[in-house]
Amino acid sequence: MWDYFKLAGLGFVAVCAAIAANYAHDLAYQVNALEVMLAAGIAFLWVLRTAGDPKPDVQHEYFDSVIRAGAIATAFWGVVGFLVGVVIASQLAFPWLNFEFLQGFGNFGRLRPLHTSAVIFAFGGNALIMSSFYIVQRTSAARLFGGSLGWFVFWGWQLVIVLAASGYVLGATQAKEYAEPVWYVDILITVVWVAFLVTFMGTLLKRKEPHIYVANWFLLSMILTVAMLHLVNNLAIPVSIFGSEQVQLFSGVQDAMVQWWYGHNAVGFFLTAGFLGMMYYFVPKQIERPIYSYKLSIIHFWALIFLYIWAGPHHLHYTALPEWASTLGMVFSIMLWMPSWGGMINGLMTLSGAWDKLRTDPIVRMMVVSIGFYGMSTFEGPMMSIKAVNSLSHYTDWTIGHVHSGALGWNGMITFGVLYYLVPRLWNREGLYSLKLVSWHFWLATIGIVLYASSMWVTGIMEGLMWREVDANGFLVNAFADTVAAKFPMYVVRASGGALFLTGALIMCWNLWMTVRAQPAKASQNSMVPAE
Amino acid sequence: MCAKPLKKEPRQVETTGHQWDGIEEWNNPLPRWWVWVFVATVVWGIGYTVAYPAWPLLTEATPGLIGGNERLAVEAEIAAADQANAPIKAKLVAADLTAIGTDPELAQYATNAGAAIFRTNCATCHGSGAGGVEGKGYPSLLDDDWLWGGTMEDIHLTITHGIRNTTDPDARYSAMPQFGVDGTLDATQIAQVAEHVLALSGQEHDATLAAAGATIFMDTGCNGCHGDTGIGDRTLGAPNLTDAIWLYGGTREAIINTVTNAHFGVMPNWNTRLSEDEIRAVAFFVHSRGGGE
Repeated sequence: MWDYFKLAGLGFVAVCAAIAANYAHDLAYQVNALEVMLAAGIAFLWVLRTAGDPKPDVQHEYFDSVIRAGAIATAFWGVVGFLVGVVIASQLAFPWLNFEFLQGFGNFGRLRPLHTSAVIFAFGGNALIMSSFYIVQRTSAARLFGGSLGWFVFWGWQLVIVLAASGYVLGATQAKEYAEPVWYVDILITVVWVAFLVTFMGTLLKRKEPHIYVANWFLLSMILTVAMLHLVNNLAIPVSIFGSEQVQLFSGVQDAMVQWWYGHNAVGFFLTAGFLGMMYYFVPKQIERPIYSYKLSIIHFWALIFLYIWAGPHHLHYTALPEWASTLGMVFSIMLWMPSWGGMINGLMTLSGAWDKLRTDPIVRMMVVSIGFYGMSTFEGPMMSIKAVNSLSHYTDWTIGHVHSGALGWNGMITFGVLYYLVPRLWNREGLYSLKLVSWHFWLATIGIVLYASSMWVTGIMEGLMWREVDANGFLVNAFADTVAAKFPMYVVRASGGALFLTGALIMCWNLWMTVRAQPAKASQNSMVPAE
Repeated sequence: MCAKPLKKEPRQVETTGHQWDGIEEWNNPLPRWWVWVFVATVVWGIGYTVAYPAWPLLTEATPGLIGGNERLAVEAEIAAADQANAPIKAKLVAADLTAIGTDPELAQYATNAGAAIFRTNCATCHGSGAGGVEGKGYPSLLDDDWLWGGTMEDIHLTITHGIRNTTDPDARYSAMPQFGVDGTLDATQIAQVAEHVLALSGQEHDATLAAAGATIFMDTGCNGCHGDTGIGDRTLGAPNLTDAIWLYGGTREAIINTVTNAHFGVMPNWNTRLSEDEIRAVAFFVHSRGGGE
């Protein structure tokens, strides 16, 4: 019976999408509608062909197939996102790479949101969904709630990525940084995200452990807060239901404030709280030591989620934003320093008594360097939020360097560690194909990040100093184009750092692929057992 | 479930007694330094918000004990700079255009101010080094090949009113006909006149075609603006065709394109965006780049 409902629903979506494609006002909308039609059609056929098949009894096993798909998607979108990043970094260094034939879809302006969304929401998002499914099942000793709802979350998220990415290159955008997807993609994101919340909360509610593990606090706070941020920042009225244009509800400085409340907390909850959740599970598992301090985890969790949400105005220092809001944003950012570092301390000190693993286990090394970059960028962030510092750093490449030491160092490295941890376990293999390749990946990625971050510090500070340089009569000394010309060597260094990082990720993909293909199998370990 | 708490040997800290998928947690106290730095940032934060405008009330925010206002501070800084420069600005506006260079103080100021104004406003088209963009219609300001004249008065007038814009009735104006588009000349004739132009500038050309082109050059009226010998006319902004400097390119293809479609290069009038002293400064700056007359 349920299959008939699914078929009817999918058929309805496919027909509606076909109608929408027919009446489309713009190309991006039309392409998106055709993609939805195709996705609904494929899902329809799949449901039709498997309808009535006997369902194996899996209630005593963890729901791992969706996590395997998530691991593949994470690695895939990671490589795509890094590749686009290297391309646009090269376009900045060598503008002729914005080839004439690429104008209108492959020039820097179109590719830049593709890069940021691919790494944050496709790579980071898949990493978060996959690892939260893994963590919540293991630490609750319960199968993922909602039957195949997990698959809906997974495929729904992939559809969001494809719709958003194809829309960007065809020019469909809200022009809000990190919230570029247009109104109908935003609606789909909301639906998928609510399904994610339901599977996660449902699993927590049916847990067999008496307490909720700290990783799940962070993951749940991420899911709830991102839902709130997404809804408020994307309040808009579509111009037509058959077009990708919309009008934002807020305007002027209110819009800017809402945008950076969203933007900052996308970093705070998506890339910090969510990834701390990953850290709190995978680091003690890989190190095989207890978490350093339960007390610290409670205090820094509540301090972090309380303080983070107020820090957004530091993105709008010295703008039309009222001075008081700017001051509060700065003060909350400074107070956020120690709560952020609580996670770093808990991660690093979990190694106490097992520091030798840094030498012997490249995956531990990866995780520890990731935590190190986390600590560094959560110090740098509050520092840059200080108005006096910000007056130098704002709008310069220093910001880009800061973001990437966090994104490549913290989010990237911890995700690589998690993939190395998960793949042998998810595919029931005897360890990784090659630890030596993990070491190669580690060094390529680390050197890549160092090149990236340090070149951006140099060029950012240089650019900031050049912009503010005035002569004795108070006239500006440098033209904007002079600063662009002066940045060229550092742009080349940055692009090569990115290329090293990408090379490392490709080596990882090869290593994981060979792990699944060539490593001997072992018995499945995915039946549910509450810990002692 | 509750496991027997692990003992950690050196410091005798216990775990909380819970286990999740094999993960336990030590019950270590909060690191002292962490607590104190956290407390210090909070205390500092409260102090800072008491000292400066911070907490929003119904109609306005708390002004802060020290107070201050970023916007007023910037305005004051700008006003101070303006005041400091006011005498020399007045002197610049009052001076005879050609006399600016003779007063070292004035020349120094006009060079600095002009350079800054040039970088902010003019470099977009003419390049940050004022070299223009060869072949794209943005003339170099470094040479003595002037379209509309290179004296201080000429440059001052060009900057003030601009060229071929629709926003200033006093803008310099002229328009080359689109000989190919409006059908005055056919493709063969255009090719011939292009050969003649190549010959004028001493480039490699077909003499037979060029001879036919020379006749067309005279009969169609090219010489009306560019002169019989092709040396151009600065009162009309007609470029000199005998030198190696080309506004829109000097290759055979580029010349054919220009004769066929013509170009209509526009420069904005700056009198609505720059003050008289700024226009004078940037005119002096351009004049002193090497080609000033």
